[in-house]
Amino acid sequence: MNAVEIKNIVKKYSKKKSSVTAVNNISFTVEEGELFGLLGPDGAGKSTIFRILTTLLLPDSGSATVLNYDIIKDWKEIRNIVGYMPGRFSLYQDLTVEENLEFFATVFNTTIQENYELVADIYKQLEPFKHRRAGKLSGGMKQKLALSCALIHKPKILFLDEPTTGVDPVSRKEFWEMLIRLKKQGISILVSTPYMDEANLCDRVALMQSGRILEIDTPQNIVNRFEKNLLAVRSGNMFNLLNDLRSIPQIESCFAFGDNHHVVIDETDFNSEDLKKYLISNGHSDISISSIEPTIEDCFMQLMKK
Amino acid sequence: MNNEIVIKTDKLTKKFGDFTAVDEISFEVYKGEIFGFLGANGAGKTTAMKMLIGISKPTSGAASISGFDVYKQTEQIKKNIGYMSQKFSLYEDLTIMENIELFGGIYGLSYVEIKARGKNLIDKLNLQNESDKLVESLPLGWKQKLAFGLAILHNPQIVFLDEPTSGVDPITRRQFWDMIYEASHKGITVFVTTHYMDEAEYCNRICILVDGEIKALDSPEGLKRKLEAKSIDEVFVMLARSAKRTE
Repeated sequence: MNAVEIKNIVKKYSKKKSSVTAVNNISFTVEEGELFGLLGPDGAGKSTIFRILTTLLLPDSGSATVLNYDIIKDWKEIRNIVGYMPGRFSLYQDLTVEENLEFFATVFNTTIQENYELVADIYKQLEPFKHRRAGKLSGGMKQKLALSCALIHKPKILFLDEPTTGVDPVSRKEFWEMLIRLKKQGISILVSTPYMDEANLCDRVALMQSGRILEIDTPQNIVNRFEKNLLAVRSGNMFNLLNDLRSIPQIESCFAFGDNHHVVIDETDFNSEDLKKYLISNGHSDISISSIEPTIEDCFMQLMKK
Repeated sequence: MNNEIVIKTDKLTKKFGDFTAVDEISFEVYKGEIFGFLGANGAGKTTAMKMLIGISKPTSGAASISGFDVYKQTEQIKKNIGYMSQKFSLYEDLTIMENIELFGGIYGLSYVEIKARGKNLIDKLNLQNESDKLVESLPLGWKQKLAFGLAILHNPQIVFLDEPTSGVDPITRRQFWDMIYEASHKGITVFVTTHYMDEAEYCNRICILVDGEIKALDSPEGLKRKLEAKSIDEVFVMLARSAKRTE
């Protein structure tokens, strides 16, 4: 049995004269126990997929199942077995931390005590603030509470819509550590994110842009399929370097990547010694050129250009 | 970049009751500099920024922005800076051209200037065919590039950017930084917050706030050397993990 099966889902939103195709004929499968990532910027269609899978929105066409339950016929069953953390914080701001958790437990006919083990790891960090109203929590704390509330009825599958957006790098790492612990307990997880570096923490990912899937596979396989040569180039003047590299015809593209520029080259016989000489003649110093493995972000940018 | 100081703070502090959100921060930012302002959620970045742009009164300490005092000259500060945030940047139900006219008008540009600078901006962003469309119809990346163009339409001395690239696709994110570089070359000082650590590497200097205090302030290379870290991400994790504040 698959955790999620989506076949040819299409969803358009119409507004006055214009219409936007949010999800454009998307199909994919998430296996049971898998940690599956939807990677893409705003407008990729990630949230629409979550809303369709959680039975909050009907697709225009196509079909989907969650643990073999049909999203249209079996919506009641689906709502009982999924945990959903929407992109926007949607707990009760004027209830306390504890009251929110109790509310979600009660709605699903259970108690905090019954499933405490599952959330203990996360909820322990919140317990010192359990009498604080949810609206008064910091961003990181809100996220931990939202995840606790999505887990308290012991769901078989978790849908997490951009849980780490706007979260600082340290809290992001902690959040992913929690997800990996949950995965080990056998929960299937579908998670979306705009942060490309989080791809490597997923079993498989779908790279998405404007309602379409650009690529779907394990992060390693996606990286292995990168067809071009990739160089990391650095010099004493990174701003001029960017423009100088872009003016070279053999260079397909050049983008800043942290403390290096990543340069995509089409030709296999490209000589980096020649490049170095060229850059020196253009007044660059402290030049470093090295051939590198692409990251998922390199792959995503390459696929966007197609 | 030169040595002219455009932002100067001295023991700038903001307290909310017993809670010290920003704790005696002192730093200087130079003309044309790209200054990255980093910190974990709750470290005090937003509170500090609000004091610098003149919309929140400090509890103690001093700060001047373009030579104007943050206690007494907040109106002058607002006229001399640009500001853009991730959450709100443009009026969605106005067209691109209408947004340009509105922002230009607020900053006191003449009609002729607005037309000329507006056309420049639209040409630069390749939005010629979209200028009569509502902003809500634009993809987020375009909106953010347009919002940045508007924030510097009146040629401010300093522009403050609060997480400008959150949720933007990787290519547009870099085009956005191309615009930041260009503004900095023209002498505009860029004060920017971000959660993307690769973007921190593009700044001339970065300041890392932990529990309301400045824990590090140096060039990205300097910080990496000092802490023997491979990337700013590593630097950030080392420093921010020491935070005691859970709120």
